[in-house]
Amino acid sequence: MTIEATPTHLRDEQGPFFGEFGGRFMPESLIAALDELSAAYDVAKADPEFHRELAELHRTYTGRPSIITEVPRFAEHAGGARILLKREDLNHTGSHKICNVLGQALIAKRIGKTRLIAETGAGQHGVATATAAALFGMECVVYMGEVDTERQALNVARMRLLGATVIPVTTGTRTLKDALNEAFRDWVANVENTHYLLGTVAGPHPFPVMVRDFVKVIGEEARQQVIDLTGSLPDAVVACVGGGSNAIGIFHAFLDDPDVALHGFEAGGDGVDTLRHAASITMGRPGVLHGSRSIMLQDEDGQTIDSHSISAGLDYPGVGPEHAWLASIGRATYTPVTDAAAMQAFRLLCQTEGIIPAIESAHALAGAIELGRTLGEKATILVNLSGRGDKDVETAGAYFGVLDAGAGA
Amino acid sequence: MTGASVAPSPVASAIEASRQSRAGALIGYLPVGFPTLDDSVDAAVALVENGVDVLELGIPYSDPVMDGPVIQKATQASLDGGFRLRDAFTAVERIRARVDAPVLLMTYWNPVVQYGVGRFADDLVSAGGAGLITPDLTVDSGAVWLAESDRTGLDRVFLAAPTSTDERLRLAVENSRGFVYTVSTMGTTGARAELGAAAETLVGRLRSVGSVSACVGIGVSTPEQIAEILGYADGAIVGSALVRALADDGVPGVARLAARLASGTAR
Repeated sequence: MTIEATPTHLRDEQGPFFGEFGGRFMPESLIAALDELSAAYDVAKADPEFHRELAELHRTYTGRPSIITEVPRFAEHAGGARILLKREDLNHTGSHKICNVLGQALIAKRIGKTRLIAETGAGQHGVATATAAALFGMECVVYMGEVDTERQALNVARMRLLGATVIPVTTGTRTLKDALNEAFRDWVANVENTHYLLGTVAGPHPFPVMVRDFVKVIGEEARQQVIDLTGSLPDAVVACVGGGSNAIGIFHAFLDDPDVALHGFEAGGDGVDTLRHAASITMGRPGVLHGSRSIMLQDEDGQTIDSHSISAGLDYPGVGPEHAWLASIGRATYTPVTDAAAMQAFRLLCQTEGIIPAIESAHALAGAIELGRTLGEKATILVNLSGRGDKDVETAGAYFGVLDAGAGA
Repeated sequence: MTGASVAPSPVASAIEASRQSRAGALIGYLPVGFPTLDDSVDAAVALVENGVDVLELGIPYSDPVMDGPVIQKATQASLDGGFRLRDAFTAVERIRARVDAPVLLMTYWNPVVQYGVGRFADDLVSAGGAGLITPDLTVDSGAVWLAESDRTGLDRVFLAAPTSTDERLRLAVENSRGFVYTVSTMGTTGARAELGAAAETLVGRLRSVGSVSACVGIGVSTPEQIAEILGYADGAIVGSALVRALADDGVPGVARLAARLASGTAR
């Protein structure tokens, strides 16, 4: 069966603005490239051949559609609610990031770019971009905060094995936001042959819309899969939110289903009552960062405040403008989850279901546990398991003290 | 004077005066609060006393995507030293009390948004500032600033890049007041050994859409480059080289460099 979405059309927003959020606040030097990208994307979007090519890549390379897995043993700890995981962790390269990357790489090819650059936090987007560059025979440079290269050393090695150059960023806070700054600087200097393959639904128009369009396949698949399995829509859809790409990916198909609650879980770090967190929507306010108007952590003067999270992929002081808009109109709810709660959920999924999640995705799992206890056993909760935890084994191993002496060296 | 002027632009006037007496204007950039607020004021005054016609004071910002390593390092040091936005107005006021050259603030957009665009404009007028250079705000995204600068009569300097279309160059020319910041080369701020032909080509394109005040910046660091630029443009903008001199040799060092650079404006 299928269930028709109500025609309220929240899904139809095409930017540059989502309500008061979005836009394009960028140096003039990059405007021509953004215009070129917008035009190329509009052409591709209307071209059935582009969609056919991307769908074929997803079928034969990414491994789509990804499955959904029901996790009853895990759900016993979540008030007995029915919990379904959308298994983006099973994609080639280990996370949802490949969806956006393949889409943008095809666009880059169409406009004749031969060099891909990317920022990365946890390294998942960097790995996916390096993968696409290898697949399409393009040069690849990945900017990664020096702090992140240390805590995600395995992904650095993966990118290098795939032929990419990884440049540790030593400016500012040496994390994801500074990697974006450095990627923009590279793009300004090399825009002629280079496409900046931005990894989330942030940045200047057209990135928030284009990236969303490439990841929304997650929710489109999951919506039908849940209906096929349960005969109805889920009561709630849950995802972790850093910049917000996996969350918008699974939310988007449900935006016009008013009975489906949408919950984004931000990185609460040590707690939002401390200064060490990355809960941009919960604790931030509107402003301009990285090319768009959204919500961000900033001081009174508009200087970006350093974020903190045990998860490198959520350690970002901003969030995509579509999320800022969904929060402002009350369509989605955003709640912080602490490092500690995320790590408990991480271990719980490992030990009850035999699935090692990315620490990013563990924030969504922790949120689902709380939500399940509130909604009760009749509820069905769809969780985006956005990535796998192989890259996090060292961090989690150290956190839980399960590394043998010397094994972490 | 360029653009839909509401009042005589002090920056355009200073550039015009430099073209009467010399080959054109020397515009010098320094960040506020580097190495200290006092030193940044003294250094700016020293620039003017040594031949700089227009000052461009940079507001330190946490995420300066148009800046190269030298300016990033200086603005980060200023932020680490406790820079607050109000210090920018203090600096403008103290500089203007000592020298006559017009002072533009160069700022990324978010600090202005958080301060309040109207309040920022009013406080800049009160401090004696001339206007703003906005590296990440283009005309098409700048409706609020266009209105507030018209209300207050402040100058507004938009950027033109080698990759800009003619239509966008026209937009920058028609809406800039003071001058159009002509980006010499594709890249961030920082000294370069050679400036390519792109800057001259771009100034020619700006002229053809009506610009009467185009100043060239990014990568400019020697009197020879300044002389070359003033052969086709109205002014030359130097930033990173001055910041480096200030970092290495203090106020006397930046004064010496300014004097040397000013020799490039001779006709």
